[in-house]
Amino acid sequence: MSEQAESAVGMPSRAGWQVPWTLIVFLVALSLPWIGSRYDTFLGTQIAIYSLFALSLNLLLGTTGLVSFGHAAYFGIGSYACGILMKIVAVPFWLAFPAAGLIAALFAAGFGFFCVRLTKIYFAMLTLAFSQIVWAICFKWNDLTGGDQGLPDVPFPDLGWMAALPGFDRMRIAEQFYVLALVLVALSVAALRRLTGSPFGRVLTTIRENPERAAFIGVNVRLYELAAFTIAGGFAGLSGALFGIFNRGVFADFVFWSKSADVMIMTILGGMHHFWGPAVGALVLTLLNQQITAYTEFWPFVLGTILIVLLFVFPGGILGALDVALSRMSKRRDA
Amino acid sequence: MDASFLFSQFMGGLTAAMFLFLIASGLSLVFGVMRVLNFAHGSFYMIGAYLAWQVVNWLQPMPERFWPAVLAASFGVALLGAIVERLLLRHLYDREELYQLLFTYALVLVLGDAAKFLWGTQQLSVSRPPVLGGGIEIFGTLVPHYNLFIMLFGPLVALSVWLMLTRTTMGRMVRAAALDREMLGALGANVGWLYTGMFALASFLAGLSGALVTPIQSIVPGMDVEIIVQAFIVVVIGGLGSFWGTFLGSVIYGQVLSFGILIFPGFSLFSVFALMAVILILRPWGLLGRPLR
Amino acid sequence: MLEISGLTKSFSGFVAVADVSFTVDTRQIAAVIGPNGAGKSTLFNLITGHLRPDSGRVLLDARDITGVAPHETCRMGLGRSFQRTNIFPLLTVFENLQSAFLVHYGRGRNFWSRSESFYRDEVEALLVSIGLREQALLLGGTLSYGNQKQLELGLALAIDPQVLLLDEPTAGMSASETHETIRLLQRIADERGLTLLFTEHDMAVVFGIAQKIAVLHQGHLIADGTPEEVRNDPEVRRVYLGHGLSQ
Repeated sequence: MSEQAESAVGMPSRAGWQVPWTLIVFLVALSLPWIGSRYDTFLGTQIAIYSLFALSLNLLLGTTGLVSFGHAAYFGIGSYACGILMKIVAVPFWLAFPAAGLIAALFAAGFGFFCVRLTKIYFAMLTLAFSQIVWAICFKWNDLTGGDQGLPDVPFPDLGWMAALPGFDRMRIAEQFYVLALVLVALSVAALRRLTGSPFGRVLTTIRENPERAAFIGVNVRLYELAAFTIAGGFAGLSGALFGIFNRGVFADFVFWSKSADVMIMTILGGMHHFWGPAVGALVLTLLNQQITAYTEFWPFVLGTILIVLLFVFPGGILGALDVALSRMSKRRDA
Repeated sequence: MDASFLFSQFMGGLTAAMFLFLIASGLSLVFGVMRVLNFAHGSFYMIGAYLAWQVVNWLQPMPERFWPAVLAASFGVALLGAIVERLLLRHLYDREELYQLLFTYALVLVLGDAAKFLWGTQQLSVSRPPVLGGGIEIFGTLVPHYNLFIMLFGPLVALSVWLMLTRTTMGRMVRAAALDREMLGALGANVGWLYTGMFALASFLAGLSGALVTPIQSIVPGMDVEIIVQAFIVVVIGGLGSFWGTFLGSVIYGQVLSFGILIFPGFSLFSVFALMAVILILRPWGLLGRPLR
Repeated sequence: MLEISGLTKSFSGFVAVADVSFTVDTRQIAAVIGPNGAGKSTLFNLITGHLRPDSGRVLLDARDITGVAPHETCRMGLGRSFQRTNIFPLLTVFENLQSAFLVHYGRGRNFWSRSESFYRDEVEALLVSIGLREQALLLGGTLSYGNQKQLELGLALAIDPQVLLLDEPTAGMSASETHETIRLLQRIADERGLTLLFTEHDMAVVFGIAQKIAVLHQGHLIADGTPEEVRNDPEVRRVYLGHGLSQ
């Protein structure tokens, strides 16, 4: 699917006008606290946050072609930054949130500087090494991060003002936070969308397609990769900040490599060649996880099997498979 | 800190190095020839350990049941590796490396849970084979016979594999495949079976290592991840794809493990990855690998 | 326009390029020929900055570009097309060229606007110029070999070079395709006032359009001059005996 077709907001219907799917999904999601249960809102928050996390990874994976095994590092750094600022330094959320993103981006820039000088497997291994270093520090630095105990009881932001809005007065704070998180995620995703469709994003795709050729049309490949790495890290940090609050606590396992693997699987599951793929992957994986862990402890086995099936049968992920199915249907229609 | 203590740490480091070498050599071999970094290599190690325990249990009354168990475990894992490669992995060779990596990761998940399902989560252990029980006193420290055996066996295996790679026809084909797979296929060599054989050999070594480690370490879930991380570091130090680099890396890292814990209490968590990062930054091709550019 | 002096490069003892010097004047069409392994690709890589020479200099329009990174030499006016087609397979032909324009005009820093609106006219003009207007919306990777080579050329031209390095531009082409390509090259070089330096194995092409020929053999420059001079050079004849030089 070419980028031009991709950047259309919706999928063309037979009548020729485009259905604004993203707007519809957003509105439905927004109405969740009213139309769904408390558990639905709980899941919704988790899915929204992981969507942003996975979409940030896809800036590296799907757009630029960089395979990072350590993306959880920035998720974790954002969580800790926001949690520490809000809980210990008593900074209000509207400051702590962007600060968390900025701090994560700074770390990404620092680590990224070394990583982009390497290619392929070496790049991946260095991202893994850095993220494990971050994990080890989080796990051990008791004074700052609470060590293996983590940082429990991260406070909710002050959402009293929300109660003044119509329809919001009888919402629990978790639901109010859901709405806030959803809006923030939507804004971040919109920014990412803009970014991937911009000339900057286009240059990133040339790097993905053919880094050598990109250099020969004048692209400073390392610089662009570093920029992508930094931006992706920043958005991961923002998602982490939200997650720390949602989870009522920040813990070292946010940074563990298995988290990096999980978000990568989400991205691939949904389809890394589509902008919305990672979000779809986050949705499906979260729901699957909830369902399956209720019945069995062998979730890793299930996850591994799904991944294998994915790799062999649906390498383009869910949206990739949908693409193929739709084009087959339209070919039959035209025939 | 007296000489005998230092010596015992040194011996410990050498023993650890040999186990690491058996695993890391397989990892390096597969990467060098097939350009696949097999995350599931640690899982093969773990399965080798569990299989050895299982066979030891089945052969209960036999006094020297350890040795057939080791053989059975090694060949069992080799068979598993061959099946995985033939049925699954080979279909991913012409895809991007990411897919291959993710597949091996998926294997880690599946095999890890399979082991948990079959053998539970309790720690299991195997006693040392009677013929190698006891120890010998050197420099005031007691070195178990079993450890000495490992320290001799490791280099023996290294030499055998290296001879195979350099002296036999198959070995030469393996090295040629590492340089240009298509060319080799064009020359009529059956590259497919070569790869399967290579993967089976690597798995054999992993299973062997896992089986041999059982008298020294207990078998627990999570040992797959623990060892693969260390194997990564070893191949990074020595140079991905370099056989003797892996050997050197194992020896060095074995000592780092042994003495590092004394200097840094939180050693294994932080310094291990810091070491890996430093090497990847300064000299990514390790000690004996081929420079990247 | 392009001056190479004393370029030398060896790889672990193997000397790929040894003390090669020659110049290409502005608007001249020059060719580098030599048997396989003579060092032609290495020479190109040295000129474009892909490799750093052990010694020697490369001057582009009197500016020293020795060892300057590829993305920089591009900006300084050096374009290159590759022997093995090197395009962006999952982007359409239009997007391929548009990307080159985006980078050339420095829009890479634009994080905000929608990329499809930029430089549509320029891309159209270039598409017409290289003859790929029909294929504009096809994915680069689905093009025929000949079309991919045209796209290659397009990418090299989009960055508005003064000097164009072409690595075997007619490799793998039939006689008629070769003829078409050469005519296209001549026309474009004329229109844009380009200086061309190319390597080729097809001697008919070389002697057909090159005004100056440099002959490499095992890394050394053994002849350098007009087609007539090169054709009659005894050393060249010796090296190329049997390679159709006498046409």
